[in-house]
Amino acid sequence: MSDTVRITNGSGVAAVLAAGVGSAALGVLAFAGDKSAAMKAMLNWYTPTGALSGVTTAAIIVWLVVWVLLELAWKGKTVAVGRLTTVALILLLVGFLLTFPPIVDLI
Amino acid sequence: MEITTRALWTLIHGMGFGELYLLACSGALVELYRFLFPGRVAEVGPGSEQFLRVYLISMAVVAWGAVLTGAYVVYPWYRAAAPAGTVDLAMYPQKLLMAHTSTSGWHSLGMEWKEHVAWFAPISITMAAFVFLRYGADLKHHKQLRAAVMTFVVASFLSAGAAGFFGAMINKYAPVEGGATIHLMQGEAK
Repeated sequence: MSDTVRITNGSGVAAVLAAGVGSAALGVLAFAGDKSAAMKAMLNWYTPTGALSGVTTAAIIVWLVVWVLLELAWKGKTVAVGRLTTVALILLLVGFLLTFPPIVDLI
Repeated sequence: MEITTRALWTLIHGMGFGELYLLACSGALVELYRFLFPGRVAEVGPGSEQFLRVYLISMAVVAWGAVLTGAYVVYPWYRAAAPAGTVDLAMYPQKLLMAHTSTSGWHSLGMEWKEHVAWFAPISITMAAFVFLRYGADLKHHKQLRAAVMTFVVASFLSAGAAGFFGAMINKYAPVEGGATIHLMQGEAK
């Protein structure tokens, strides 16, 4: 292994932050579908699976679009890795909490 | 010995993909740790990087297989609406669970959480696989980035564990049944 840094962190941070955004999007959409009948109907993209189809597909679209945009913006660049990965982990936690029924029921 | 097609799909979803992913997670965490924190444990061999690339890609495939078969094959059978007046709810697992206060929590907490939390696993492991493919050995120079990747891999393990636990318990109390019967072998007469 070489001891010199060869690759800038932009691409990796883009992937991590996009995963955080996708996770939070999943939580927010699941929460919205649980709290709003209109939203639940809007997220019913495939009737046998119900709103879960829209929640997960929309979250995956958000994740991939954000990932591509961040990759295009940050590839080959050095970004503030500490701050951005912290944001990504907070978004992941938000996603987890917003899918947990006892938390959803409290809000 | 026989099995129904719905039970077989549940097996493919839960044991074929879900449990395999959970088993693979522990291996991935150990391998990533060995690879990304050299010096703390025994040195990794020259083929480790290539092995870990293939391993993480395989895990991503398995994780997507688990959530897609769960959401689009098994879950529609689980949540099927029972016709009005149906007394025997064996073919309607969600309704069967909700019919009794002693089992309704397996749906209202278990399935309601499982159906969403499971999706953190493929998102997280796909990201981890991409980052490892992009950086490989160079990731050891990116301390904060590799810490974030490891945290997402741990999160994927926890989310798959929660989904697997509730899936197993739900299938214990209200198994997905029905479909054609597949005869596996002839049993011995008593």
